[in-house]
Amino acid sequence: MFATIAYDLSHMAGAMVLLAGFVVLYQRRVLGVLRAFAAQSIAVAGAAAWQAYSQEAPHLYVTAAIALLLKGIAAPIALNRIVRRLDIHRTVETAVGIGATMLAGVGLVVLATLLVLPVTVSSAALTRETLAIALSVVLIGFLMMITRRNAITQVVGFMSLENGLVLAAVGVKGMPLVVEMSVAFSLLIAFILFGMFFFRIRERFDTLDLQSIESFRGERR
Amino acid sequence: MLTLTLLGLLVLLALGVSAPFIRPDRLALRLVHGGVGGVALALGIAAAIRLVAGGEVSELDLPLGLPWMGTHFRLDDLACFFMAAINLAAALVMVFADGYAARQPKPTRALAPLPIFLAACNLVLLANDAFVFLLAWEMMSIASWLLVLANHREDESRHAAYVYLAMASLSVLLLLLAFGALAGIDGDYRFAALREATERPPMATLAVVLAMLGAGAKAGLVPLHVWLPLAHPAAPSHVSALLSGVMVKIALYGLARFLFDLVGAPAWWWGVVLVVAGAASALIGILYALMQRDLKRVLAYSTIENVGVITFALGLSLCFRASELFDLSALALAGALAHALNHALFKSLMFCGAGVILEATHLRDLERMGGLVRRMPYASLFMLMGSLAASSLPPLNGFVSEWLIFQTVFASSALHDNLPRLIVPLMGAVLALSAALAAVAFVRAFGLAFLGRPRSVEAERAVEPGGTMMTGLALLAGGCLLLGVFPVVTLSLAESAAHGVIGVSLPAGAVGWIVLAPLGSGGAAYAGFIVFLALLGLAVGTRPLLARLWAERRRRAAAWDCGFPDASPSTQYTASSFSQPLRRVFGTAFFRARETVDMPAPGDARPARLEIRLIDPAWDWGVEPIRRAVEAATLRLNATQFLSIRRYLSLMFGALVTLLLIVAATQQ
Amino acid sequence: MIRTAIAGTLLQLLHLLVALAAAPLLLGVTRFAKSRLQSRRGPSPIQPYRDLLRLMRKETVLAHDASWIFRATPYLVFSLMVIAAGMVPMFALDLPLASAGDLIAIVALLATARFFQSLAGLDIGTAFGGIGASRDALIGSLAEPAVLMVAFALALVAGTTALPAIARFVLSGGVGVDVSLALALIALLIVAIAENGRIPVDNPATHLELTMVHEAMVLEYSGRNLALIEAAQMLKLLIFVSLVAALFAPWGLAAGDVLDLLELGGGLLIFLLHLLVGAAVIAIFEVSIAKMRVFRVVEFLGAALILAVLAVVFRFVAEAS
Repeated sequence: MFATIAYDLSHMAGAMVLLAGFVVLYQRRVLGVLRAFAAQSIAVAGAAAWQAYSQEAPHLYVTAAIALLLKGIAAPIALNRIVRRLDIHRTVETAVGIGATMLAGVGLVVLATLLVLPVTVSSAALTRETLAIALSVVLIGFLMMITRRNAITQVVGFMSLENGLVLAAVGVKGMPLVVEMSVAFSLLIAFILFGMFFFRIRERFDTLDLQSIESFRGERR
Repeated sequence: MLTLTLLGLLVLLALGVSAPFIRPDRLALRLVHGGVGGVALALGIAAAIRLVAGGEVSELDLPLGLPWMGTHFRLDDLACFFMAAINLAAALVMVFADGYAARQPKPTRALAPLPIFLAACNLVLLANDAFVFLLAWEMMSIASWLLVLANHREDESRHAAYVYLAMASLSVLLLLLAFGALAGIDGDYRFAALREATERPPMATLAVVLAMLGAGAKAGLVPLHVWLPLAHPAAPSHVSALLSGVMVKIALYGLARFLFDLVGAPAWWWGVVLVVAGAASALIGILYALMQRDLKRVLAYSTIENVGVITFALGLSLCFRASELFDLSALALAGALAHALNHALFKSLMFCGAGVILEATHLRDLERMGGLVRRMPYASLFMLMGSLAASSLPPLNGFVSEWLIFQTVFASSALHDNLPRLIVPLMGAVLALSAALAAVAFVRAFGLAFLGRPRSVEAERAVEPGGTMMTGLALLAGGCLLLGVFPVVTLSLAESAAHGVIGVSLPAGAVGWIVLAPLGSGGAAYAGFIVFLALLGLAVGTRPLLARLWAERRRRAAAWDCGFPDASPSTQYTASSFSQPLRRVFGTAFFRARETVDMPAPGDARPARLEIRLIDPAWDWGVEPIRRAVEAATLRLNATQFLSIRRYLSLMFGALVTLLLIVAATQQ
Repeated sequence: MIRTAIAGTLLQLLHLLVALAAAPLLLGVTRFAKSRLQSRRGPSPIQPYRDLLRLMRKETVLAHDASWIFRATPYLVFSLMVIAAGMVPMFALDLPLASAGDLIAIVALLATARFFQSLAGLDIGTAFGGIGASRDALIGSLAEPAVLMVAFALALVAGTTALPAIARFVLSGGVGVDVSLALALIALLIVAIAENGRIPVDNPATHLELTMVHEAMVLEYSGRNLALIEAAQMLKLLIFVSLVAALFAPWGLAAGDVLDLLELGGGLLIFLLHLLVGAAVIAIFEVSIAKMRVFRVVEFLGAALILAVLAVVFRFVAEAS
């Protein structure tokens, strides 16, 4: 009975992360994207905390705390302030329609499932599922980056990609804390750099829409 | 049974050959239609009886034809099923044709090829070697080409017939190559020899791909479907009914025979290809249908959709067979065959109904019809039944076969390989979408043609033709209702045929008189008879019951229309406006649908203009590039017509030297 | 044998009568809850009964152009809804009609009703009927693949699409906190909202014709025709609430011997509870969200399809392990 509860809850947490990834794809407003991303990070924190409990690996509690604080609370608030300060467009500019993006997302989930299942035949059931879900989240984060034009949404896509990596790492037994700390630290650095660049770009070009910024590139054919 | 069938086909051929010489036209029409109908009815009933009674497989070899091979004929369960299906549908269409053809301007043009066409269709079913198969296939193509050309003075017919002949020739070529690949270098083209091969022939993959393309081109699978929406509307209505109801079934029979019988145990991916191709054809076909204004083109594209559904079910059956789940394979095959029979009936009904509308109003354009339900009450009732059947709605027959196919999709988690297990349910969702869109397409077609107010003078003045045309419609509609309420009829035939092919029966009690429980007694069930009875009882009984409780008062008045009644019928919804939401959702990507509005400036009295621009992807991206490439190549090669004598001689010299070089090289 | 046949028939009749009696109550309680949540007094929960009676007594006005299809549609639609309601277990599992149709058959019967309503909308020849019919066609056609995938997910979990069998499987405890079922539940709720024309898909209380979907199709109906159509709508809402309850929360439904009156009584009480919970959930949802633009509904239904597909994929992943 305990085994099935553990299985079900991990399954549920992983599914929440994937579902939140789709909710991020569905949004039409930047604030909605940020909220959905916060939800995804909180779900990852929950998954990490549950794994810490069931695997009896206390360092995963730190992972959960980092995910919750940095990506669930701090990053969305910071990005929100950037959006307000720089007066960026509140609507998500899509390169491909939302319906088509969602269909592509489903296709990626199917692809991830087809890839992971034959490869992990010898592993435990829980690991296989977590890996399949994690790979799907990574691919969907990537999809988010390539189908949206705002710089903010691209950052969110990058960070939700990292959420997928964290999910994969906590799902497999025995991830050392050092790996997680270094990943989180590099994320923090990347985030600070992004922020700095946003300010600079905005100052220079008065817009953060990448499509119009491309017209400033020299030497067009 | 086999010899009797062959004699019947000889009668048909004799009828066809002698038809141009029978002088009084009316006698010729009566004789040919009656003869064809009679022979078809006899063949159909005999085949059905033999199928249910479970006879032996009969074979016959005649020393005609090619000297080293002769001709071989065979009658087994699969052939019997298709024989029953197409001949019964053809017989009912002949009842309609008797009244319809007499009213055409030049009725004898579509007369002589008709018996030959039906004889050729039946001959394909009886073929037991590649020679008879391809000969009959080609005869079927040419006879139907002549039928399509019946109104040869119109550009539309000539263009349609030309494209049709090109695609038919392509399909025969591909099938010839497929048989060649299967028979191998030593080339034993008898089906018996192909069946006896124990391991899979080396070029089986190539043969299977060629056969799928060849039979698919003839059946109308996307993207080889371009001829269908041209040819079926251009032909006279009874011929359209035969083309849609009979000929595409023969093409699907060819596909089934090749993949299930001649090629041995299937590889896992053959079924997946058919499943994807079928679902894609279903969705694309019905999207096309929603964009059309011409009633007959809507019906032609709906044929493509149904062909997609049947192909999907055939592919599903192959997938199960590759995983060695034979009972599920038999179930899927039974679903495919049942849908083929149901489609033959309801599509013939709809095309014959379109013929009645054409006779009454001389209209095919939906945007000029309207209000015909008051002028043509019987035709509207029969077409309503046909529309319900074509939309796969209970209690008619289209629902039963689609329901069965969906039940088989639900069982697909038993498949062994991962890719089919994931693809089949996704394609099943695509199939569900196309079934829902089919209902929309038929609401649109029926509603715009029959309901509302007349949009043109011809629609206002329509007069319902009587006679055997309406009898034919009534018989077809009655058949649809009967097979929907008692699906046991269709399914016992389909079950026997599937048993003959796969070798396994459905679980006992699966096909019952009242309840259909395909997966056994614990699983899902459908009782068509009970549903129909309940519906009839409630619909008929509610009214008097309510009238007892509350007195009914009724009066007629102008339509409410929110207090802004407009006398002009042009404020009604048109065909393009009904499909606008779907065009916007699905059409912008697929058909590049663009709407432009040209509004005049204030004070300008000219009307505003709404222009909707669509492309046909199959033509623009499929056929057009090929056509341009062929044209460019022929222009280049045309230069070889105008060479000098010296150049011609040097060509011959070059060929001779090359051959000598080859001989020299191979001798070393 | 005869005893069980008679008992089964009686149970079916009781079932239909309870359904017909309870459907207006469901609508009334929903409206009442919604208005209380919006700080209004609102109509009394038995107002729909009064509306139906009032419509029955009124004169039926038919347009000059109305054909026999227009006159027959209310009876056909009502009959189809009654038959579909007869197939959904509401307070007892072993209904005779439940073996005459499974989940797919129920959805198909509802689709037939939609077919006739669209025809009735096109019949009079006004633009409003056309608007309603074409928009309803869009919404209905997109809801079908989502329902099929939900049925597929349920068939994967329970092995069949027959409703009593699925309910029995859930009751037997073979299912824990299952992600696939949760996703399928959300997808089915979205489809239920779309099919019943509730906010955010369609506003059932709107007076603006250009925002109507279902109301525009039945604009020309009056008197007892309108009463039948409204009764059919109420039955449809009841069908979906009972469907969700029977598939995902079947505890308390009478599952044993049909003549066990105590179980039947308990089942009826649970049924009332389902009605109240369903009404409350619908009311809360409608109050919290605004009506969507027509083309945003497409994305909404697309989300239902995606959720159902994810439910199936998760099931495959779970089963493959």
